[in-house]
Amino acid sequence: MNVPAALLGLLEREPSHGYELKRAYDGYFGNDKPLPFGQVYATLGRLERDGRVTVTGTEPGGGPERKRYAITPDGVTVLEDWLAQPEDPAPQLQPVLFTKVVLALLSDRPAGRYLDRQRAAHLARMREITVRRRGAGVAGVLVADYALFHLEADLRWIDMTAARLGQLAKEITR
Amino acid sequence: MRGPVPAAPVLAARAVTKSFGATPALRGADLTVARGEVLAIMGPSGSGKSTLLHCLAGIQRPDGGEVWFDGTRTDQLGERARTELRRQKFGFVFQFGQLVPDLPAIENVMLPLLLGGLRRPAARERAAPLFSRLELDGLERRRPGELSGGQAQRVAVARALVTRPRVIFADEPTGSLDSLAGEKVMELLVDAARDQDATVVLVTHEPRVAAHADREVVVRDGRVSELAAA
Repeated sequence: MNVPAALLGLLEREPSHGYELKRAYDGYFGNDKPLPFGQVYATLGRLERDGRVTVTGTEPGGGPERKRYAITPDGVTVLEDWLAQPEDPAPQLQPVLFTKVVLALLSDRPAGRYLDRQRAAHLARMREITVRRRGAGVAGVLVADYALFHLEADLRWIDMTAARLGQLAKEITR
Repeated sequence: MRGPVPAAPVLAARAVTKSFGATPALRGADLTVARGEVLAIMGPSGSGKSTLLHCLAGIQRPDGGEVWFDGTRTDQLGERARTELRRQKFGFVFQFGQLVPDLPAIENVMLPLLLGGLRRPAARERAAPLFSRLELDGLERRRPGELSGGQAQRVAVARALVTRPRVIFADEPTGSLDSLAGEKVMELLVDAARDQDATVVLVTHEPRVAAHADREVVVRDGRVSELAAA
């Protein structure tokens, strides 16, 4: 999961405090794994150091002053690059792909195109494995089958997500 | 093994439209298939992928647009000329029910040659080596009902290849088979087609089947989308 990119995506909608960002993150992507506060502030600190977010103001809170963060043009570029670049096809990609889809929908970017690129990357990997599998012994075939079945499962998820983009957009933007 | 780098196009569809009653199946489909290429056409159910194959293969005539085979427009040919084209230049593998149940496997494979006027001994001579090529040795005299699903489908592949067609059209060729049998059919289909320098146009909704192709396109809402990974 790429937490910095997810926070950039959420900040692109509107400048926010760390607490608001954590709540938005947990609401969209957290499921049963909420983002620890420590990680939110550490990530924001790194993003600020790297010029991807900037502090636009501070407000008094219950405890220490709260900083309000905004995304910078550099941050938007980093976010766009991340969204547009298909992930290396590997197991357990669902959280990162889901995050990309949600952030793309929230920002009115072409989520379907990102999924298409990912689909092409997955099929390209499946083709490579299928070619290698042809010359392999039984053990090699079984190893290849494992990879192929997992990639296929991801691809089916990508297809189902593509088919449900309209519904998802309605759900998350209402 | 992958084939050589694809050369000139052997098939092309340009802005092809096709409706069934009020339901549009193709809404301006564009596609080029290179000579010797193995192309997978994917897409959700009802996306128009089989209709696209049928238009490319001259089984159906598009309502609009152009279909080309080897430098000739085929969408303007009459029924008889399209039948001849399919018989002489194309081979077909479908999901179900392609073999004549009363004929032994070898005669099923010989059938397209006999229909083309070849005499039986010559047809048998052409058909026999395909049994070995498709790992069907010893099954020549069996009737389709005496073959497993995978064996029957390999007989269908042999029948599609026996006329040495320029293009093999395969519509969900493994759709009724289990994974192992489907794998075997795909490997043998692609290898045998490459041996004969045939182009393959494969319709499938299964990614593992499409992974045998050199390239895939996705049909969505009657249009062809071809997006590279990066």
